[in-house]
Amino acid sequence: MLQQAEISPEKIEQDRLYRDMGLTDEEFQSVKNILGRQPNFTETGIFSVMWSEHCSYKTSKPLLRKFPTEGPHVLQGPGEGAGIVDIGDDKAVVFKIESHNHPSAVEPYQGAATGVGGIIRDVFSMGARPIALLNSLRFGNLTTPRVKYLLEEVVHGIAGYGNCVGVPTVGGEIQFDASYEGNPLVNAMCVGLIDQKDIQKGIAAGVGNTVIYAGAPTGRDGIHGATFASEDLSEESESKRPSVQVGDPFMEKLLIEACLEVIQHEALVGIQDMGAAGLTSSASEMASKAGMGMEMNLDLVPQREQHMTPYELMLSESQERMLLVVKKGEEQGIIEVFEKYGLQAVAVGTVTDDKQFRLLHHGEVAAEIPVDSLAEDAPVYYKESKVPDYYTEFQTIEYKPAVMNHAATLKQLLQQPTIASKEWVYDQYDSMVGASTVVAPGSDAAIVRVRGTEKAIAMTTDCNSRYIYLDPETGGKIAVAEAARNIISSGAKPLALTDGLNFGNPDKPENFWQMEKSVDGMAAACLALETPVISGNVSLYNESNQQAIFPTPIVGMVGLVENLAHVTTSQFKQAGDAIYLLGETKAEFGGSELQNVLEGRYFGKAPAIDLDVEASNQQAVLAGIQQGFIASAHDLAEGGLAVALAESLFGTELGAKVTIDGDVTAALFSESQSRFLLTVAPENQVAFEKAVPEAKQIGSVTQDAELVIEQDGQSIISEAVPTLEALWKGAIPCLLKSKA
Amino acid sequence: MRFAVIVFPGSNCDRDMYHAVKDGLGEEADLVWYENANLADYDAILLPGGFSYGDYLRSGAIASVSDVLNQIKQKAEAGTPVLGVCNGFQILLETGLLPGAMLRNEKLKFMCHYETLVVERDDTIFTSGYEKGQQIQIPIAHGEGNYYCDDRTLEELKKNNQIVFTYKNNPNGSRDDIAGIVNETGNVLGMMPHPERAVEDLLGSSDGLAMFQSVLQHWREMYVTTS
Repeated sequence: MLQQAEISPEKIEQDRLYRDMGLTDEEFQSVKNILGRQPNFTETGIFSVMWSEHCSYKTSKPLLRKFPTEGPHVLQGPGEGAGIVDIGDDKAVVFKIESHNHPSAVEPYQGAATGVGGIIRDVFSMGARPIALLNSLRFGNLTTPRVKYLLEEVVHGIAGYGNCVGVPTVGGEIQFDASYEGNPLVNAMCVGLIDQKDIQKGIAAGVGNTVIYAGAPTGRDGIHGATFASEDLSEESESKRPSVQVGDPFMEKLLIEACLEVIQHEALVGIQDMGAAGLTSSASEMASKAGMGMEMNLDLVPQREQHMTPYELMLSESQERMLLVVKKGEEQGIIEVFEKYGLQAVAVGTVTDDKQFRLLHHGEVAAEIPVDSLAEDAPVYYKESKVPDYYTEFQTIEYKPAVMNHAATLKQLLQQPTIASKEWVYDQYDSMVGASTVVAPGSDAAIVRVRGTEKAIAMTTDCNSRYIYLDPETGGKIAVAEAARNIISSGAKPLALTDGLNFGNPDKPENFWQMEKSVDGMAAACLALETPVISGNVSLYNESNQQAIFPTPIVGMVGLVENLAHVTTSQFKQAGDAIYLLGETKAEFGGSELQNVLEGRYFGKAPAIDLDVEASNQQAVLAGIQQGFIASAHDLAEGGLAVALAESLFGTELGAKVTIDGDVTAALFSESQSRFLLTVAPENQVAFEKAVPEAKQIGSVTQDAELVIEQDGQSIISEAVPTLEALWKGAIPCLLKSKA
Repeated sequence: MRFAVIVFPGSNCDRDMYHAVKDGLGEEADLVWYENANLADYDAILLPGGFSYGDYLRSGAIASVSDVLNQIKQKAEAGTPVLGVCNGFQILLETGLLPGAMLRNEKLKFMCHYETLVVERDDTIFTSGYEKGQQIQIPIAHGEGNYYCDDRTLEELKKNNQIVFTYKNNPNGSRDDIAGIVNETGNVLGMMPHPERAVEDLLGSSDGLAMFQSVLQHWREMYVTTS
């Protein structure tokens, strides 16, 4: 067992025990060079977590540099706990997404719950009050008991934590595909609101200042979690169940309130949460960022279990813990705030000026490491990249689906779990606590108002990984564009995004090529749509039994609704309103939901996207909404126009009569990009058509709750909306109940 | 009029309740921390929703034995309106100020959405602004909102006219569709649905506002007759 304390430095090197902790032979040599000696057991552990992909981004760094990260309204880009964007009125939004994939694969309830807890801490450690949670989930097909169990428990875990901590879960997305069967994805995003004067940083400045540990005591849970997250999942992963942390949302709620009170205290110098790699990363990063050193006495760290070793104390990922740096002599005022909430806050160390990270334990130096080496000397790898054979082959395929009965196909599509109503999921989340949720889950983007202003924040998570699998560069562009389209449809201007990059093992050149190309595509779309990347997370080695997941770079985007009057939803509003389609429809079925239904797999080309067209369509729709011409707006995504029409009718008592032209299957089910479904009240049609001349009227909203689609006077689809809605709503509960 | 919103460790609808009174109703409200609280000057007590003490032991159980509850009991006996919503209702049940208990929802899942409530009484401090039989839209958000009481208690509740709100479509298995009850004297109301989340059309419903207005109306009537 690794936990045994006194394995000698000689033995670590001789038996290559560092490999078990995730260090390569070359990395171990670098550690020796940095220290000028062999590292002891604790030091080896510290280097291995700090140099893991999760903490150091050693593989993804060269790619992440490609993202635009600056903009006129960006107050804090990547590098702190979360990014920050100016929204005017001296206020700002703080947000970040983070993955908790590997823990959720082995212990779905706690894995998902602690994922939520961790991302909330990233946001309130910046000084912001968390106002919303979103998530982005991926599972295998809902056919095996294991996948059903994972979905139920992940959702249960997210609900269990988020509901108790009192932050509304307002949005998210779920896709189901075979590639995620053994390795589900659980990415959680938190959005916070802050007065700009309250913005905090995780720095340990000022020689002699005191380091305070606050929150839950440290136990033996989650040891080496960051390294665990940087390996492939295998049969042996079950044995790593102890690497999964256990969450206590009640403790987190107390910590939120205490920390938000503490940031108003002038004695506070810096604050950071203990996330991945626990005390090690929070302490060393705070010192390193300030250009200082730090000395901690580990005997003073609150401990939940007896006889914990320095290794265990430094690598534990026990939850709900914070590290603060406080002006010397003014500790008591800070400690009292925590005590009010029944929380422990203990001075455990001091800021030094020798740039050393020094840990004392039982009167001895347990570790002494040049602190900058942990953050700055981590290796950077330029991995080999190779075009996969499948991609070359897919580029030669022109996939043409054969659809006989369009009405039956629409019904099938509405029951695909990726398209079907997610009410079963989001009904379990408290989406309204905070009494500010203007648009709850179920529309294109969620909207939370900013109290005391006329503004609101729109937010969404998106990533169609099927397109990215087929063509990572195009798919990467689409992921950003679709997120922006959702924000626009809700009446908001996209501000910035956080990226949750989930990929397979980067040591395989084909996987690295997927990463490289999808980042290229995303970066191009970020530039074209003026949405810089302000925070993010990288999760690699998402494989099980040698099979990589579909490349899944999730986009969490935030937008600003300038005035609450602009809030727009996807639902049709009134009979008599004209229905318009904006954007060109081509016969594009590679990676489509229709292809999944007909073929059971994805191949061919991803839909094309022209970022200039995308940007201009988005601007036109936002302008139309802001001028009050547009009654409802919905972005066309999986399942194409037919599904978008049905979705816009669900939850209303209305119907629609629409005329299509050209190829029927393409008109109904193609997944061509940059398209919006809009409705306009009759009195606004003239002004709307003048403002958005490219939009084409395709029909009108009717009173009779029928979806009627015709071509040349012939009926293609004529269905009662309640029938369609029942299928759409019932699909996921039905799959979960079925015994298959 | 002054409202006290009692804040326990783990309360999370406290600020929503505060804003409902302050911004929705336009009256004074204070967030009152449970320790060293002095409730003497308050005209109404609001116990907000959330997860006091993390729902550990039983929801509402630990908060119900806190010192502040003794003061609240005294205020209740003196006739001060006391409203407990969601976890606040659970606390009132645990203290014995209201009869019955909460079970987990029938489907064993937390649920959050709008429900249609039927106003069963329009003659209480809390509901004079409604019409008997009126249907109102109020959100629920709970995992343990399945109201249970024994047959004798149910008979008492009916006999004394203590059932104030029922669900039109029972979402959680509550006995006799009960969503909210008052004590015998009518000044302590417990309900699982969240009226404080329904005070603005912007958020989907303002049907909860009449409850706060009713309490204010009652206070004004009392104030006019006693001064």
